[in-house]
Amino acid sequence: MKAILKHRLFWPVAALLALIVINTIARPSFLSITVQNGQLYGPMIDILRNSAPLMLVALGMTLVIATRGIDLSVGAIMAVSGAVALTFISGSSDPDGLPTVIIAVLLGVGVALVLGVWNGFLVAVVGIQPIIATLVLMLAGRGVALLITGGFITTINSEPYRFMAQGYVFGLPFAFYVSVVAIVVVALLERRTALGVLTEAVGINPEASRLAGVRSRGIIWGAYAASGLLAGLAGILYSSNIMAADANAAGLYIELDAILAVVLGGTSLMGGKFSLAGTVVGVFTIQTLKSTITFLGVPPAVSPLFLAIVVVIVVLVQSPRTRGHLARALRTLSRDDSKAVAS
Amino acid sequence: MTEAPSAVVEMRDISVVFPGVKALDGVDFTLRAGEVHTLMGENGAGKSTLIKALTGVYAISGGTITVQGRERVFRSTADAQSAGISTVYQEVNLCTNLSVGENVMLGHEVRRFGRIDWRATHREAARHLAALGVDIDTHSALSSHSIALQQLVAISRAMVTDARVLVLDEPTSSLDRGEVEQLFAVVRDLRDRGVAILFVTHFLDQVYEISDRLTVLRNGRLIGEHLAADLPRGELISQMIGRELDELEAISRAAEREVDRTAAPVLRATGIGRKGMLEPVDVEVYDGEVVGIAGLLGSGRTELVRLLYGADRPDTGETEVRGASARITNPRHAIDRRIAFSSEDRRAEGVIGDLTVAENMVLGVQAQRGALRKIGRAEQDAIVAEYMTALGIRPANPNALLRNLSGGNQQKVLLARWLATAPQLLILDEPTRGIDVGAKADIQRKVAELSAQGLAVVFISSELEEVVRISQRIAVMRDRRKISELDAIGIHVDDLVDVIAQESPLIAPETTSSHQKPETTPSHKKPENAA
Amino acid sequence: MSTLTAEPAAPASPLAETVRRFRSRHAAWIPVFAALVIFLVMLVGAQAYFGNFLTPRVLSALLLDNAYLLILAVGMTFVILTGGIDLSVGAVMAFTGMLGASLLGQGLPTAVVVPVMVILGAGMGLAVGIMVQFFDVQPFIASLAAMFAARGLAFMVSLSSIKVEDPTILWLQSTRLQGAPGTFYLTPTGIIALLVVLTGILVLQYTRFGRTVYAIGGNEQSARLMGLPVVRTKLLVYVISGVCAGLAGVVFTAYTGAAYPLTGVGTELDTIAAVVIGGTLLSGGSGFVLGSMIGVFVYGTIKTVISFLGAEQSWTRIIIGVILLAFVVMQRLIVTRTGANRR
Repeated sequence: MKAILKHRLFWPVAALLALIVINTIARPSFLSITVQNGQLYGPMIDILRNSAPLMLVALGMTLVIATRGIDLSVGAIMAVSGAVALTFISGSSDPDGLPTVIIAVLLGVGVALVLGVWNGFLVAVVGIQPIIATLVLMLAGRGVALLITGGFITTINSEPYRFMAQGYVFGLPFAFYVSVVAIVVVALLERRTALGVLTEAVGINPEASRLAGVRSRGIIWGAYAASGLLAGLAGILYSSNIMAADANAAGLYIELDAILAVVLGGTSLMGGKFSLAGTVVGVFTIQTLKSTITFLGVPPAVSPLFLAIVVVIVVLVQSPRTRGHLARALRTLSRDDSKAVAS
Repeated sequence: MTEAPSAVVEMRDISVVFPGVKALDGVDFTLRAGEVHTLMGENGAGKSTLIKALTGVYAISGGTITVQGRERVFRSTADAQSAGISTVYQEVNLCTNLSVGENVMLGHEVRRFGRIDWRATHREAARHLAALGVDIDTHSALSSHSIALQQLVAISRAMVTDARVLVLDEPTSSLDRGEVEQLFAVVRDLRDRGVAILFVTHFLDQVYEISDRLTVLRNGRLIGEHLAADLPRGELISQMIGRELDELEAISRAAEREVDRTAAPVLRATGIGRKGMLEPVDVEVYDGEVVGIAGLLGSGRTELVRLLYGADRPDTGETEVRGASARITNPRHAIDRRIAFSSEDRRAEGVIGDLTVAENMVLGVQAQRGALRKIGRAEQDAIVAEYMTALGIRPANPNALLRNLSGGNQQKVLLARWLATAPQLLILDEPTRGIDVGAKADIQRKVAELSAQGLAVVFISSELEEVVRISQRIAVMRDRRKISELDAIGIHVDDLVDVIAQESPLIAPETTSSHQKPETTPSHKKPENAA
Repeated sequence: MSTLTAEPAAPASPLAETVRRFRSRHAAWIPVFAALVIFLVMLVGAQAYFGNFLTPRVLSALLLDNAYLLILAVGMTFVILTGGIDLSVGAVMAFTGMLGASLLGQGLPTAVVVPVMVILGAGMGLAVGIMVQFFDVQPFIASLAAMFAARGLAFMVSLSSIKVEDPTILWLQSTRLQGAPGTFYLTPTGIIALLVVLTGILVLQYTRFGRTVYAIGGNEQSARLMGLPVVRTKLLVYVISGVCAGLAGVVFTAYTGAAYPLTGVGTELDTIAAVVIGGTLLSGGSGFVLGSMIGVFVYGTIKTVISFLGAEQSWTRIIIGVILLAFVVMQRLIVTRTGANRR
């Protein structure tokens, strides 16, 4: 029993389950799944579908955070990839054709990958702090996306493109499969190979890893490239959902949602050990929370407040200093800073 | 004057307990006014813990601390400071982004109508510095001065708070001979003014040069307290080392063997250097040989081996591995040539704390194989089992996080990491620093064993006894260049100390090599130079 | 006993000596000088290009249009000097603005509302500080949660903007203090901003609290061992940042004549950019309020130039991003050069 309690995933999963239980009590229809035309519908299915962009971004963010970095530009990259893809389609002669869509997706994701490589270059080679390096793209990226769309919200009509976010395969949303494939690929890459352990080593102690012969530069660079790539894919899904490229709204705040999902899942912002499973749980938690808030009739604009409360609770619970803190706090205010036990 | 000076600080029956380790066990310690009292002991003996208990960094688990007759409980460093105890740490805990004057007066700046009067503050700072014979621009940035000067600034700061007790924790580690002289002059002056001084150093010669009284700790217990005049050097060493002396003698005897230098050396570096870091140095190591590198801190030992390994990039020089030219400018080049390097700062450059013992151990091998070919479970278990027994790692749990092991066991795991890569040359920088006596002996024994079996080793240690014990050849460094190379077989530590000191222009040439007992009470006459 | 001096070697030429001494004493000011130079170059360049840039009207607007950013930058400087960061300032500014406007609309007098806004900001800052100091939460996450919370709270006050009709508030913005028609003018909001800057300068330079801030940024461990009140100081810097956010809320509401819940989106990043451009190091321990002020003016100049060009405002963010990158790379080059010599 103790082993279960101490397991890293315990609190994140418990939080998610608690959330689901509360939801079901408030609206029994939460768990209901109906079948229409061989396709499944229901609030849970919505969560599976709508969480896809966040899932992709959060997976990439997990890798970046594990290397002791952060990627604030993912939202902007989403905007750019959507803008590139849609601009291509709207300017092409055959917007409904599959080849056009495939090229558009490849272009969008390709540009996103290049942006990710750029971020990686700034951090791994030039040595700039990740916050600043990605902040630059965050500031500039949306502007670039706006320039690509000419300041307008580009809309298109393309069935293959629409399918990605709104279509179904074997009864489940296509977007959900995209999530699953991404999770599986990243997990295999990190855990089947030594990439995961080496990434953790780099995050925990970059210098020791370098001296031990780990290719730190390559690993860090790769993490940012992956983050960019995944963000690009997320951007495609997002624009597919609204069939438009909205440079201002695409991925707005998603970097924050992603960071929260990663932290909720138990990965520390200080880098090092990371948990993909934890991130997955974190993403579902955030998505469920959003669904709950919408159902309660709270305007979406206010939802950040609830996210903040959940985050604070989880972070405080995870913090090792929470126990017996009140007494310490009082003493600390009177200049106490000694450690009774060496750490 | 025959009466003992009055006690300023009395520590009685002090115990400090950490999870799983009793760092101090019933230690008594007294500091007297106008006396330099040196705390002696090997790494891991408890010196650092005792100091941290006195200065409020650690809370004590048992015993009492009395300062100037009043019993005190220190819950913070500020508590200790307000009791009149000031500390200058080895890392000189000042703020390098601020000016000299500001560092001296930080927290005690001169104020007028509630706002800081900078003119008066800098004047005060200059006054305190001058009282120690230091004359520098108080407006200059602290970072623009040498460590030696920064230490004196730290001491001035102690005097600002009118400290009755001054703790100096390894203050000479980064100083050259001239700077040590200056520091000692300041210390003697403060002593003569009645300050009680607690001095910690592992340089035995300096101990006899500056101390009035000695206290020896071993394995967290008090072994003895003596006047420096009453404790000859040999007795001091045996009190510090204890019964492990026999084991170490055995290692020493085993190291006295001939090395076959007919084939090409494993590594030959000619003119290796880097601007601002190291003057060009030649060094070579043969199979089955331990080349020891001796010198004071700051002499360039670590810089040399880092350049050899490619941890830092050399500007000049050439390297040959077994006769073939080799370009080594980063760690991967070295690793590809089967050269391994264990850094002196294991916490910052070796230990990957949140990974398990097993993961840390196979990291070197894994890095060699690349990220895509993961080491299988069976192979990992085999490697871990082999080295756990060979090096005596405790606790023998491969899934324990490395940060939870003691310093000695962490060092063994790091050693295992490198040995698992089957190197042909192993470079060890201070592998026995800060670990308990038993582990030190284990590591020295293992290194001697491996080299007897054919491994080439480069070995750095600040403890000259260790260098002398296991090396066949010793390179002596000073002021960032190599000044000498000696055959280590049959050499005595004092001879080595001689060589290191002989090059200094400040020491008179007729200085004898072994320490003589001073004839009078310590506080009035300088003991003869020990080196 | 011999006297110990700093330079036993023979001194170089007198000029080299003076330069070396200057650099040693004032090294931290060099980035600020760099920022000032860039600012002046921009002004001169703009004047050369447009011909009517350096007019009293434009220059006065430079201060007054960015008064809110100036106030935020002062608070952010304190936080960054200790090595922390505060991402909540934009959202807190919006929230206090919304609450203030709402209270004013309900008839409460200005003399009550303005202090309430400032205290609210202080409270949010205190919450962040407590999380950082007593629960070991990283400043990034703690202030991120506060940002979410404040944004949600702003929307909870009202989903749409609230017009402000209170004469006192409007007076803050509309009154012009002008020497003679056609020369520079100031409004009370500008005066508030300048007073905040002045207070910041005095506190950092002439109080023990201010010097402790620098000490913590330089080496927190040392500051603690030197007996400085580290805990109290770190708490206070976040409170100061919150107070500034509250004040900025007052000023911005007066400036726009209304409170809008989406105010200040991205403003925290503008603030950080201004502070970094102004020569403050993100790692802490080095920087000046004066520099941050110059950084704000650089930002304002770019905005003005963009509007002169008639280009889209999204270019502002892009250019700020590029300049920020250039500054950070420069900082990095200077650091690596001095760092390499030390070994």
